[in-house]
Amino acid sequence: MLILGCGNRQRGDDAAGILVAERLRALGIAAEVCSGEVSDLIEAWTGADDVIVIDAVVSAAPAGAVHVWDGQRLPTFATSAGSTHGLGVAQAIKLARALNRLPSRLLVYGIEGKNFEMGSEVSPEVERGVEEVVQRLSREARRE
Amino acid sequence: MNGRGGRTIKVDTLARVEGEGALYIKMAGERVADVKLRIYEPPRLFEAFLRGRHFSEAPDITARICGICPIAYQMSAVHAIERALGIKIAPEVRLLRRLFYCGEWIESHALHVYMLHAPDFLGYPDVIEMAKDHRAVVEKALRLKKIGNRIVHLLGGREIHPISAAVGGFHKAPAKSQLRELVSDLEWALEASLETVRWTSTLEFPHFEQDYEFVALRHPDEYPYNEGRLVSNRGLDIDAAEYEDRFVEFHVKHSNALQSVLRGRGSYLVGPLARFNLNFDKLPEVAQKAALEVNLKPPVKNLFRSIVVRAVELVFACAEALRVIKEYEPPAAPRVPAPDRRGVGQAITEAPRGILYHRYAIDENGLIVTAKIIPPTSQNQKRIEDDLREYAAQLVAWPLDEATWKCEQAVRCYDPCISCATHFLKVVVERE
Repeated sequence: MLILGCGNRQRGDDAAGILVAERLRALGIAAEVCSGEVSDLIEAWTGADDVIVIDAVVSAAPAGAVHVWDGQRLPTFATSAGSTHGLGVAQAIKLARALNRLPSRLLVYGIEGKNFEMGSEVSPEVERGVEEVVQRLSREARRE
Repeated sequence: MNGRGGRTIKVDTLARVEGEGALYIKMAGERVADVKLRIYEPPRLFEAFLRGRHFSEAPDITARICGICPIAYQMSAVHAIERALGIKIAPEVRLLRRLFYCGEWIESHALHVYMLHAPDFLGYPDVIEMAKDHRAVVEKALRLKKIGNRIVHLLGGREIHPISAAVGGFHKAPAKSQLRELVSDLEWALEASLETVRWTSTLEFPHFEQDYEFVALRHPDEYPYNEGRLVSNRGLDIDAAEYEDRFVEFHVKHSNALQSVLRGRGSYLVGPLARFNLNFDKLPEVAQKAALEVNLKPPVKNLFRSIVVRAVELVFACAEALRVIKEYEPPAAPRVPAPDRRGVGQAITEAPRGILYHRYAIDENGLIVTAKIIPPTSQNQKRIEDDLREYAAQLVAWPLDEATWKCEQAVRCYDPCISCATHFLKVVVERE
């Protein structure tokens, strides 16, 4: 099982995926940190067939809510139409599918964020979401 | 909120928020009434964060400013601090730093040329749609980017790493054999880059030429990375220490980034077009030949052709990396000592998107008193607005959505930085 935590440490709740990866590592569970940029993600999961990606999410859910999606059947994420560089996890999955480079099992854990200000701290609700994902993934990793 | 139940979950965006931007153009009949580009600019925050820290921490801190060009930030930081401390690096270290920069240019240019810019020319909304019809092209981009990443990873990059750039040199120098392992990949990358020049030159470019003041570094012997005087096609020729005398930053109400102009002259252009036009004679023969074969000669004044210029710079970066690896001998010591000393130092290096200026003032204990960072995208910001004022005027008769798409394309020619400037670009064109 390959665990990839994505995000940006400098942008408040966007650090959620990275925090999950770091805490799993502290528990002795292998996990990688990834920027989440499209080509980095595709390279990172090349050769792996059981992959878990963790990233921050913005939807209508309350902060800290944990979403789980099957990467093979990802819901339609609205991508910002005029994006110059708006290529992230959702686009990486779509691009990998077009290139036939999608891992056979891919789960996406999304942690709902609310504050992405540069230099800000992770919100307490997101901290709880991070903890929940760490618990779930560590249980899963131990079952393997 | 599990997707398996068949309910539709609307998610506006999976957050990858590293910087935000918006473009606002107001048309009044045939006239462009207003152009405002709003970008978010993290360096201000980092300038504050650097104050009071020891100079040895600067390479790690500044590398976090940008997800795409961390090496540029490290390089401008170490060179400015070395100047403040009055220390000279070993020639072997100088070569290694060029190789480091080659890696970043290969990564950044491969990403921009193929994944971000090419879809505009081929008529796709994004690289995902493009990949369905042009799979081999996208696979080539991914492989090129990975090779750039291998170089960056070997020499340090962003993660805590045994080698890594440091004030005075590197924490550790790589063995010759480690660099040799990159050769076969780079030979493939050089060929792929030459193909990229030929391929990009066949794209169709809008007729849009402007009378730019091009600003780039110029070095007597080489295509510029870390050293050289700052020159322009209108007679500018200064040392980095004079930068703030000649360029001035000012606040505009619509953007929280500062805009930069040449004092008394106005906007200017930095990046691949400026470097190519001012340093064509310093490109290695293989890159010059590739450019001339597709009839690309300085001065290139059409910004849309920057995709071909980036491809030529890819050829340069691969050829230069191969040259450095061939010549490399490990230095006697990976770095020269950098004792605490009071001083002020400035440096300019050529980030993939253009010149990146850093200035540091350091006290007798080696602590940073002030830091100043001026990224390429904020230097280009005024120029982007000036271009759009001209370009949008050509589009008054176009349907709104097409005009919007065209304006976005014009902005993309600048390759605005993913995190030191903009990420999500939401464009609004309004008609009265």
